[in-house]
Amino acid sequence: MMKKYALYALLVAILIILPLFFGEYYVNLGSQIMVAVVFAASLNLLVGYGGLTSLGHATYLGLSAYTSAWLFQNFGMTHDYTAVIALVFTTFVGAIFGWISLRASGLSFLMLTLALSQIIWGIGYRWVGLTNGDNGIAGLTRPTPFGVNLEISNNFYWFCLIVTIVCLFFIARIVNSPFGSSLKGTRDQEKRMSALGYNVWMIRWVTFVMASFFGAVSGLLYIYLNKYIHPSVISITSSAEALLCVIAGGAGTLAGPILGSILIVLLKNYVSGFVERWNMLLGIIFVFIVIFMPAGMAPGFTQLKNRLFGGKKP
Amino acid sequence: MQFWVIQTLNSLALGGLLFMLSSGFALIFGLMRIANLTHGSLFMIGAYVAASVLRGGYSLVVAAIVASIVVGLLGAIIERFILRSLSGNSQGQVLATLGLSFIAADACLMIWGGDPIPINAPEMLRAPMQMFGFMFPTYRLVVLFISIICAVLLYLLMERTRLGAMIRAGVDDMQMARAVGIPASQLFTIVFSLGALMAGLGGTVGGPMLNAYPGLDADMLPLALIVVILGGVGSLIGTFVASFIIGFIYTFGIALVPDLAYVILFLPMVFVIAFRPSGLFGTIRA
Repeated sequence: MMKKYALYALLVAILIILPLFFGEYYVNLGSQIMVAVVFAASLNLLVGYGGLTSLGHATYLGLSAYTSAWLFQNFGMTHDYTAVIALVFTTFVGAIFGWISLRASGLSFLMLTLALSQIIWGIGYRWVGLTNGDNGIAGLTRPTPFGVNLEISNNFYWFCLIVTIVCLFFIARIVNSPFGSSLKGTRDQEKRMSALGYNVWMIRWVTFVMASFFGAVSGLLYIYLNKYIHPSVISITSSAEALLCVIAGGAGTLAGPILGSILIVLLKNYVSGFVERWNMLLGIIFVFIVIFMPAGMAPGFTQLKNRLFGGKKP
Repeated sequence: MQFWVIQTLNSLALGGLLFMLSSGFALIFGLMRIANLTHGSLFMIGAYVAASVLRGGYSLVVAAIVASIVVGLLGAIIERFILRSLSGNSQGQVLATLGLSFIAADACLMIWGGDPIPINAPEMLRAPMQMFGFMFPTYRLVVLFISIICAVLLYLLMERTRLGAMIRAGVDDMQMARAVGIPASQLFTIVFSLGALMAGLGGTVGGPMLNAYPGLDADMLPLALIVVILGGVGSLIGTFVASFIIGFIYTFGIALVPDLAYVILFLPMVFVIAFRPSGLFGTIRA
């Protein structure tokens, strides 16, 4: 157990000093990866642990980013207010959308999350008077928590790192709590859990709300990182990318969304520099992983580690 | 008065088009329990293929036939070679169709470029028609007419033929259907191909109203989803009714409150799901 914590501490220490050795481009890339990690980890609560495949998770990232940007632009609110309002409002919308989507289960749930996310996309893209439509919202700033200037990329990287670690810590606590166990129970044996007296619907709904909250956190990081938002952030493609991060890494594992996000963000940054066909590649990776690696990379690595160093069978 | 009559006709034409798009989706979902997210792409490919055939100097009828066949075959290939390898894993199948829809969108962009390609209605159908003192856009009437013929043919296929009986049996209880010797494997390919064919036909027939452009797939897929959820998954009658409801809401929404049209579109679905999760006519709670 001690060894495990020492390993985590070492990993965090490496991540902290990393920006000192790399140029600005790579530091920003690191921040970008962390935004994707928080986003994918929030989706993983639903997809991996709850067995509820949502195809509309970009709603929560986009909504919180838009709320923060919109309040800043229209009312000149300071960042502490916009952040709180964005989180509360997005979580509230998540509660409503969760209530609607969970009226159905399985594939109907998936279709409903997709359809509901299109409402938010429609507001972002078509309601030009409110959201500035296709032009998006630009001219934003980063906050200065405790007087630290986040406009400097290294500072922003460390800010992201703290938020990411806190989020992952809470997500890990949720997953390993009794609540997490009952959530996994509803994923694997819905009827039995119901027969045992668990309120399956309530467990799923609470998970949905928590997932939208963490999605909202990633939305804030996103808007601080980019200082600009375009409705394409709420599109199906964006939801699908997050889902791909989760599935490629390994749904239902804590490391999965991290590995998946690193892979996808790196691929997106490097490959789209060489070829224009990012969508094609995204699709091909999707089909490939679904058919050949349905469990994702994290379980694959665990198996490899066990084979090389011995240890328990997974 | 002219405004209302024209908008009503536009709504009916859009409703008919939505039926051609969604009936295939509903059939596939009912029988195979796959939410086919390539459906918008198949519609778009239909429109593009038709545009290419028209460019070659052939008529819209030829284009419609070629596009339906091409898209139908494409559907059969997708079912046989990709979805089949994931049978029993419905979540994997949905994700595979999602991946395929990205590939299709990019492939269309690569082949046909980023500019919209106009699809012209046949010469004789372009002039407006005068009836009861109103001017009607002739082509919209034709779209409505074709979609009703499709609906009737589909109804006859489902209710009056052996194939239809097998499909209905499969929708009701797949295991039992297999047990009494219904060839489920061929049935899946046929139904998927038929659904794709309808989408391709819809893309061609709707071409003169919508044109072929990148992003047509992403515009049509949500509409198909709303229709199917509203009408009730797996119910053809429900799909038919919901198509026209959505056709009316969208057309009048765009005409009266353009900013909010897209959002209003989803309200009936949300209300129906809130009070009747299986949709208006649905029997299955998937």
